[in-house]
Amino acid sequence: MTMSDELLLEVRNVGKSFGGVKAVMDVSFTLYKGDVLGVIGPNGAGKTTLVNILTGFVKPDRGSIIYKGRDIAGMAPNRVANLGLARTFQVMRPYHSLPAYKNLIVPLNSPRAKKATAGKLGDRDSVAIDILEEVGFERDARVPYKTAGSLPLGYQKRLELARCIALKPEIILCDEVFSGLSMSEITSILPLLEKLVMQGVTLIMVEHRLRELFRLANRALVMRFGVKIAEGSPREVMKKDEVRAAYMGTKRSR
Amino acid sequence: MMSSPDRRRKRLDRSIEVRSAGLYALSSYREMTYVLAPRLLLIVGLLILPFILDPYWQKVLCAAAITAILALSFDFLAQYVGLVCLGGAMFIGFGGYIAGLMNANWGLPPMLTIPLAAVIGSFVSTLVLLPCLRLRGIYFAIVTFMLPLFARNVIVALGLFGSTEGITGLDTLPNTWVEQYVILIALLVALFGLRRLVSEDIGLIMMGIKDNDQAVLAAGISIFRYRVIAVFVASFIACFAGAYLAHLYGWLGLSLFAMDFSILPIAATVMGGMGTLSGAVIGALILTPLSEALRGFGQLRVVLYCLVLLIFILYKPEGLMNYLERKYHQFERWEKV
Amino acid sequence: MESVLIYGAINSVIFALMSVGFSLVYGVSRLPNFAHGSIYVLVGFLTWSFVNDLNLNYWLAILISLAVASLLGAAIAQFVLLRLRGLPTSEIIASFAVGLIILEGLRLQGIGGFKGFIGPNYVLKPFVDGKIEIFSVFVDYQRLIVVGVGAALAVGLWFFTHHTRMGLSLRAIAQDEQAAMMLGINSDRVAMMSMAIGSALAGLAAVIILPLGNVTAEDGYRVLVYALAVCIIGGLGSWGGTFMAAFLVGFAMKVSTFFFGAVWESVVLVGTIILVLLVKPSGLLGKQKELEERV
Repeated sequence: MTMSDELLLEVRNVGKSFGGVKAVMDVSFTLYKGDVLGVIGPNGAGKTTLVNILTGFVKPDRGSIIYKGRDIAGMAPNRVANLGLARTFQVMRPYHSLPAYKNLIVPLNSPRAKKATAGKLGDRDSVAIDILEEVGFERDARVPYKTAGSLPLGYQKRLELARCIALKPEIILCDEVFSGLSMSEITSILPLLEKLVMQGVTLIMVEHRLRELFRLANRALVMRFGVKIAEGSPREVMKKDEVRAAYMGTKRSR
Repeated sequence: MMSSPDRRRKRLDRSIEVRSAGLYALSSYREMTYVLAPRLLLIVGLLILPFILDPYWQKVLCAAAITAILALSFDFLAQYVGLVCLGGAMFIGFGGYIAGLMNANWGLPPMLTIPLAAVIGSFVSTLVLLPCLRLRGIYFAIVTFMLPLFARNVIVALGLFGSTEGITGLDTLPNTWVEQYVILIALLVALFGLRRLVSEDIGLIMMGIKDNDQAVLAAGISIFRYRVIAVFVASFIACFAGAYLAHLYGWLGLSLFAMDFSILPIAATVMGGMGTLSGAVIGALILTPLSEALRGFGQLRVVLYCLVLLIFILYKPEGLMNYLERKYHQFERWEKV
Repeated sequence: MESVLIYGAINSVIFALMSVGFSLVYGVSRLPNFAHGSIYVLVGFLTWSFVNDLNLNYWLAILISLAVASLLGAAIAQFVLLRLRGLPTSEIIASFAVGLIILEGLRLQGIGGFKGFIGPNYVLKPFVDGKIEIFSVFVDYQRLIVVGVGAALAVGLWFFTHHTRMGLSLRAIAQDEQAAMMLGINSDRVAMMSMAIGSALAGLAAVIILPLGNVTAEDGYRVLVYALAVCIIGGLGSWGGTFMAAFLVGFAMKVSTFFFGAVWESVVLVGTIILVLLVKPSGLLGKQKELEERV
């Protein structure tokens, strides 16, 4: 959990309204290489919209997102991914009847992945199986060959992460990766995320499971009703009254 | 036949099916035959037909092969990329007109015009469809529906290319054997070529585009690019068929843009089983002779194709090919619950 | 010059009448009704048959035909389209097939004595004969009736969708289907209703416009093409956009005829569609967000 000085991503005054609903209002933050930024907040806070804006699935009304010196706000999702910003999806829909490693073929065919693996020996299938092994699919037990639909939830989440890793990303945006997992499953997936951070990947994690998240995150950003209400280290942030009020309500609101 | 509360249908893979998976098919002649038989049946059957049919039905065979190629192109676009092409006649028209014009104005022989028209036709088709490939699938359906009708209007309105009379006197192919084998071989190449294509990585990407385009976008793939490739491939084989058609009968005219060419492949594909590629071919081989037999009834044929299409799509969407495959690979029996 | 303006306006209303049925159905339930043009022509022929073969009163014939159109639309929704809800490729194919069955079925000959509607002899009488002079241009009364009905329809639709329960539920589903369903609006029933209304609108357009010429089955394709073009240019799903696009296209086509001759009509239409698809795919007033339209 290093705090480096290299500025990776700068989000400035991003805003998006859907009709009359202001989903995200004037959100700004900076991301440094090696950070693990937790984005937290009650439901309806605009976290998912923020994720969609950052990865290009939704075009913001206002604001800019500076990544590698370019403003990527409103850029198409596939171009954002090819620049190095990958994301997981909360609702995963892998190819159920195909072997697990086949699910990595699509990201491995992206221009970015092709550039990264150019000149390396071995066809895409074997590269896919190698990546799956890295995320914890035991090769000897033939797990990568099992159909994706038959995998338990923990493995499916790892498969989602593997899809991101196949892109050799600089930033991975995890959209509620822990949701649906038991405590022990989360505990077993944390080392994988730590390993990614040690390899130089920066993480942005939208989560509800705060205790597990804060074992990993070195910074936190709290949102409520589309607005950023706090930012800082996890401990600082959880001490703030506004954050507590957001999660638990104030004495008077009973 | 629905299962009642006290019994249900139980399906098991035949033992020979399990034994012949992957490389194990080479383990004995029996397994090899099991795997190869359906494909050989199709190939040999098609190639033998010209010998046993009389001249009238030979022409029907050619028409059936043309429809089969169109159906292949429709099935590929609809089930592997998610683009529904309601205007197959557009490709036939482009291919036919380009080949015919090259032949009539520059005197190029059919052996040259047909492949050239396929290439040029697919470039033109892809170019025309380019604007809607960035957009949702419904736009592709609407634009492909409108284009054959527009093409006809423009040709008549501007008096181009022979307008309503068309151009006659094009070179035909040397003899009936060449006629038939050119198109049959083209059909087989298209069928097995497409099957190969969809089992490669590209096929996986295209299926992803159809099923879950958000995940494909997040994986860094440009959906536009792959759609362009798909449309190019599909229009190539269809324009080839159109160019061939012009030289089969020796003339080109507005009827190349007829609605028949748009709807019959769709009906054939739905009946044969969407997504199986070979089903589209089977469907075409069944429906085209049928439509010939009904030629005396005029517009009844189109109504009939559409009725068949509706019945299959509503009540038996798996289509014939999937049904046959199921029967071939699995056996069923009723089981008491 | 005045004739261009006046005929342009009339043309625009004609396009609007033709397109509003399709636009309503697609806007509300995202169902592409490729049978739109077929229903248009069917109503024309039905009215003709009622009047000429059964000697019914003209107005009665119109009413019955419109009712038949509504029922047919609802039937298509119930038995074909709703069964395939959620499978976009199948919806499009099935809708297309239904349209063709109706359209080509009207051209059948010699089945059980059914003569089929072929030839230019089918004419629906205009409601009021005669012309009137406006700004030194002669205009049929029937054309004025077209404009009048068009305007009344626009007002009526606005009122319907803003002040009646049925209309409000249509708008609700159009805006956000899931939210509307959570409020208890039955999405399937609304889809059926929208098809019924859309078909009736197609029929209404038919009985108003067809007296200007004659009834042929080929009109079915033409009307569908026009409706699709107008809806794309105006924005699939936006009702205001449909009206605006109808005016744009109506005038554009008349202007091009005035300056370049009638033959260029199709080219102008295609050109406009391509331009819209390239520049602003969501259409003039498209409510869909840009990024949703683009893939």
